[in-house]
Amino acid sequence: MLTLADVHTHYAKSHILHGISLEVQSGEVVGLLGRNGVGKSTTLKSIMGLVRPSQGRITFEGRDITGLPSHKVAHLGIAYVPEDRRIFKLLTVMENLRTGLDRGGITEARRKDLLAKVYESFPVLGERKKQLGGTLSGGEQQMLAIARAMMLEPKIILLDEPTEGLMPRMVSQIRDIIERLHHEGVAILLVEQNVGLTLSATSRCYIMEKGLMRHHASSAALTADPSVIHQYLGV
Amino acid sequence: MFEQILVQTVNGLVNGMVLALVASGLTLIFGIMDVVNFAHGDLVMLGAFTGAVTVAQTGNFWLGLLVASLVIGAFGALLQIATLRPLIGRDPLTTIIATFGVSLVLQKYALWQFGPTAQNIPQPIPGRFELFYLQYPWYRLGAAVMAGAIIGALYLFLKYGKYGIWIRATTQDRIMASAMGIPVPLVHTGVFAIGSAMAAASGVLFAPLAAVTQTMGAEFTLRAFSVVVVGGMGNLGGSILAALFISLLEAYASLVVSPSQAVIVSFVVLILTLLFRPTGLFVPTPIVPTAK
Amino acid sequence: MTTVGSQTHRSFWIVFLAVVAALALAPLALPEFWRKFLTEILIWGLLAMSSDILIGYTGMVSFGHSAFFGLGLYGAAAALLVMRSPNLWIALAVGLAAAALVAVFVAYFATRLRDIYFAISTFVFSQIFYVIIFTWTDVTGGENGLYFTQPPFTIPGIWSGRFSTVSLHWFVLAIVAFSYLALRRITQSPFGMVLQSIRENEPRTRAIGYHVERYKIVAVMLSGLFAGLSGVLYAIQHRFAAPDFVFFTVSGEVVIYNVMGGMGTLVGPVVGAAFFLVLREGLSRFWAEYYLIPLGIAFILMVIFMPQGLLGFLKRRLNQ
Repeated sequence: MLTLADVHTHYAKSHILHGISLEVQSGEVVGLLGRNGVGKSTTLKSIMGLVRPSQGRITFEGRDITGLPSHKVAHLGIAYVPEDRRIFKLLTVMENLRTGLDRGGITEARRKDLLAKVYESFPVLGERKKQLGGTLSGGEQQMLAIARAMMLEPKIILLDEPTEGLMPRMVSQIRDIIERLHHEGVAILLVEQNVGLTLSATSRCYIMEKGLMRHHASSAALTADPSVIHQYLGV
Repeated sequence: MFEQILVQTVNGLVNGMVLALVASGLTLIFGIMDVVNFAHGDLVMLGAFTGAVTVAQTGNFWLGLLVASLVIGAFGALLQIATLRPLIGRDPLTTIIATFGVSLVLQKYALWQFGPTAQNIPQPIPGRFELFYLQYPWYRLGAAVMAGAIIGALYLFLKYGKYGIWIRATTQDRIMASAMGIPVPLVHTGVFAIGSAMAAASGVLFAPLAAVTQTMGAEFTLRAFSVVVVGGMGNLGGSILAALFISLLEAYASLVVSPSQAVIVSFVVLILTLLFRPTGLFVPTPIVPTAK
Repeated sequence: MTTVGSQTHRSFWIVFLAVVAALALAPLALPEFWRKFLTEILIWGLLAMSSDILIGYTGMVSFGHSAFFGLGLYGAAAALLVMRSPNLWIALAVGLAAAALVAVFVAYFATRLRDIYFAISTFVFSQIFYVIIFTWTDVTGGENGLYFTQPPFTIPGIWSGRFSTVSLHWFVLAIVAFSYLALRRITQSPFGMVLQSIRENEPRTRAIGYHVERYKIVAVMLSGLFAGLSGVLYAIQHRFAAPDFVFFTVSGEVVIYNVMGGMGTLVGPVVGAAFFLVLREGLSRFWAEYYLIPLGIAFILMVIFMPQGLLGFLKRRLNQ
């Protein structure tokens, strides 16, 4: 469904991605592991159109989306939950959700449906409906970021380090959410530092190093043989 | 003496409301796309002329107001598409230079299109009432109320309208807004159109109080810039307060110096603000950081 | 940037002297009107060069050069009106002093304000200056301006004689040429390099260890001084000072010369000024004031598509 072929991306004057290739099939949960600074976030940003690849191709459902403006990428069914959450701090929780909910071709019934679902998965958000995004705690903001992405009813969600800075209790909540999304048929490309979470939530993983794809294996294999993880991540 | 001060207070508030309308558009535009629109005052001027022509043809002030706002709003959208979109991603100083060029062209165009003689719009609300020792025109109050109404409408639109969320989200974080599927380039054009329409409206509201000339734009740009900086760039409420504040100070100053010299007040306030509170006088600090 | 190779060095001097010679001889072949016009182009060219120091080299857009110009203009005017026997050099000194004084004031703000705020402030400042000149009729003559006599050209003890159109032109040419050489020297010196580094990346320059503030102050002072100089020259040539010259459109036109000619080249703005003024002279015969419409549109298009200006464009073409 989503394919990257030999993608090179520059950021300012640095050559970050040196030819990244990966693919995510419909409904799959795939992990992207690697040390800090290897280009994992840049990979997601390249898919989302936040940075423009200098070389290579990104295809989604057979369509070339390389360098497509972000809002068009979102319309095609790719949602993005960035590393620093980036919720709209001066908008209320409800308004944050509406940025994803207010789109053409959606019926009032569907809107109510989606909202109900989200409040069910994230009751905390329901309680804080009218609160400004900036007043939420870190964990709540993360949930809002994910909920917001879900409002787009995407085919794939790009999740960038969702558990960063969260308490262990929240980490398992994130795990549950990923599972739930998977259950609904939403594909996920998960970038994470938390290896344990990644291996248990995904079916396979890519491992990056210095802008290159170094290894690719099923999560089961990686769990069975931790030496690979040690090699590339030093954990 | 006391009465003079009260009269000037009323004057200051009236002028302040019209200025607030001008400045709101400017600060909205800056807040969302980092563009300092040098030509903003000239949009006011064009609005005034368009209104004057419409009123002369139809005899209806309100029609003039509507037509001017729509026409200049649409023109603003075209302007943004033609001159500002190509400059996205470039140094913000480039947009100042570009909008300055636009300002020149608009001024000369107005000269060509509308001729060198000053035009006039008769006051739609006739009559005066007694304000202390003066016969004060009703229209002045009417203009202030109308300006306030338009600003109020803008506020409501931003807070509750569907596209209001789009605009506010894009202002706070244009990249994330785009990632959420909000068509940011369109929002930019839309906001520029709204800002232009508001400028035009203030031009029409202001016209019955003074003559409409091609160079009236510079005065508005000057004051609007000061207001926007003092009120905090991108801060709507701040610019309204700043507009009232500066206009009141100018009104009081004109008791002591001539009105044309009173404009120095805005300069002094601007400089003081930039020196001591560069984020704006009416902005609570710290501001919630906006990522761009 | 230019190399230190003696080849380039020599060819620069050849071209430079050729141009100066041409400009010196030209008035002999031109009718009176165009002689004076040529001198005026040189004066505006100097103003444009001074602005280039800030806009082109340091990356600080200023809309306030009309004020510096006006200070030189009115300063010289004041001196010439007050003195019983008008002296060229004193007028020069007074005009420059006035410009320098205000330059210090502006320089202070340059260090406190970044980019956009600085640009806005210079705009507001130049307009306020205009208002002061316009309304302080007792001192400045207000709307009507000031008329004064042209001082004779005197070298104390050696020479004294009035200017003719041609000799004035040579005088102005000499000053402008020296100014150009001085500014060129400065911009090519390590100091000039730091200015450009500030333009490219201010935080980085600061991080490396340069006192960005000090460099900006000097840049503003230089810019203001040479701008004031052009004002003084204008006063001497025209013997008339009016608020019109201090209206911010003058500042704006200077920015246009800079952009059209090519920022950061010193020569570019002079070319831009010449180009603009000649075009204006020519077009205004057909289109009166409306020449600014096509010219303004051309300017906007240049900002969008040819930001390096005419000179930059030519440079690229000739691949120097």
